[in-house]
Amino acid sequence: MAIPLLEVRGLEKRFAVGGAWLSGRQRVIHAVDGVSFTIDRGEVLGLVGESGCGKSTTGRLILRLVEPSAGSIHFEGQDLVALSPPRLWATRQRMQIVFQDPFASLNPRMRVGAIIGEPLAIYGRADTAERQRMVSELLDVVGLDPAFAERYPHELSGGQRQRIGIAAALALRPSLIVADEPVSALDVSVQAQVLNLLMALRRRFGLAYLFISHDLHVVLHMSDRVAVMYLGEIVEIGPRDALHGAPKHPYTQALLSAVPVADPTLRCERIVPKGEVASPLAVPRGCRFAPRCPFAFDRCRVERPARRTVGADHEAACHLY
Amino acid sequence: MPLLSVEGLRTQFATSAGVVRAVDGVSFAIERGEVLGLVGESGCGKSVTSLSIMRLVPPPGVIVGGRIRLEDDDLLDKDAEAMRRVRGARIAMVFQEPMTSLNPVFSIGDQIAAAVLAHAGGSRHAAWERAVEMLDHVQVPSPRERAHDYPHQLSGGLRQRAMIALALAPGPQLLIADEPTTALDVTIQAQILDLLRRLQAERGMAVLLITHDLGVVAELCHRVAIIYAGRIVEMAPVASIFRGPLHPYTRGLLRCLPHPSRFGQPLSSIDGAPPDLRRVNGGCRFAPRCPLVQDRCRRDEPTLAERKPGHFVACPVVTV
Repeated sequence: MAIPLLEVRGLEKRFAVGGAWLSGRQRVIHAVDGVSFTIDRGEVLGLVGESGCGKSTTGRLILRLVEPSAGSIHFEGQDLVALSPPRLWATRQRMQIVFQDPFASLNPRMRVGAIIGEPLAIYGRADTAERQRMVSELLDVVGLDPAFAERYPHELSGGQRQRIGIAAALALRPSLIVADEPVSALDVSVQAQVLNLLMALRRRFGLAYLFISHDLHVVLHMSDRVAVMYLGEIVEIGPRDALHGAPKHPYTQALLSAVPVADPTLRCERIVPKGEVASPLAVPRGCRFAPRCPFAFDRCRVERPARRTVGADHEAACHLY
Repeated sequence: MPLLSVEGLRTQFATSAGVVRAVDGVSFAIERGEVLGLVGESGCGKSVTSLSIMRLVPPPGVIVGGRIRLEDDDLLDKDAEAMRRVRGARIAMVFQEPMTSLNPVFSIGDQIAAAVLAHAGGSRHAAWERAVEMLDHVQVPSPRERAHDYPHQLSGGLRQRAMIALALAPGPQLLIADEPTTALDVTIQAQILDLLRRLQAERGMAVLLITHDLGVVAELCHRVAIIYAGRIVEMAPVASIFRGPLHPYTRGLLRCLPHPSRFGQPLSSIDGAPPDLRRVNGGCRFAPRCPLVQDRCRRDEPTLAERKPGHFVACPVVTV
């Protein structure tokens, strides 16, 4: 069996919080707590969950923009956690990130051409003339006129800025792009344009994405497989159609039924989970979803469920299975 | 007579770069007990419409034309003091971000009690009891204890419940809800939508729901108005608009959403961008992006016409 492009095992990130560090009463948040998954070459894995579930931290950990507290990350066969800084620097060309907010992630003082050309310059690819040619080509690839190279970010619409962010991410010909809420700041008509672009680029360049979003329908639309996160862990992971058609974890079922669908004929029986997400400072001892789960029984409150196979390539962490 | 009628509303913002015609001839009515959705993308004028109804348009915005009637009263004729008596008591408003409308230095119980005192009078004790009752009514758990909490001590979902309790305490006839669930996670959004649906039905209150989310409209509204570049382009009962949208913009909006029957297939998108509202004149504002555009669309401004029972559309080209 071919090794996956990315293999993440037991990934953890703990943040210390609280001002009272001198008194030794520091508290710890497990933002990401034992996350494991793989992404194959050219595959799209969706990562969905609500605010604070750890999905964005997971994306940043994979690029080592945030240092993991524990776990391993293998990318193209190399252990990123063990890599020396120069080797990590070289490897990072192959993995890129697109952020949610194109207003915040583009340098307002740089022209678009310089923004897109910057990764090429940093990695010493091509001379100035060659870089200009590549920038024009990249602009064309993301559906913008090469004349945009002379503009500044503030002159562009949200959708155009997100295209610039994507062009910059593509410049070094990565094999993996972490797309962190790439369309969440956009109006729906523009959102559709950017989603279509991401799908076309994936086919054209054989890209793999870790596609992170809070919007379940967008994630289902974009992904081959989907992982659902809740309070720092993956509660269910499986092929898109299985996850949508036969969700196993009660939280996935709740998420699916909670999304308002713009089609009254599809309105289904709601499973609205009780209450709200527990504080990551006071994570429930057993299953983290148990306090809100309509099916919880005694075991759920004491024993943390492990991920079990519930179908072909489909796993859920729930004592019901 | 409808509860609220808006006729030919025009609200403009004079800027150094020209006059922005944010709302440009908007007309609609809301019956007692009806939920009307006002849907559009950023900058279409949906929030300015609601602020115009409350007469809370921030400067340099000015209402330059039209009429807004609440029952027998012409709201645009009222002086500031009379308008203040309308706000809260007869028309209340909830916003996307509860922290903008809750006062951070008073407990939520105090704020609701103050609203009760201002509108209904009575003793402070009775007002406090009423506040606890309202928090219970919006399903805040242990309302008697939580009434002492300050807004920052509450989660986003509870804060939104507290704001709804505050808005409803004086018993308004009309609730304007501006993106009330946009900042919330979907499971919390589902709880708040259920709550709004229940409160609306129990109190027979009319609701004007401002949103960009057609899914939320399908959940909560009886009728919906689609607004584009400062004008309503389509208005119809919810079932009718989702079963058979008529305006090319509405059709485009519905088709560009990921849908369970089309996951993974290319989405249709609406090319281009909305017009600059400083430079709109004659003709249909959607014409530059419209797949059905004809010469007359660029020349004549379309008006809303009833093409199916209760279903109005501002497009003479589309066939029913």
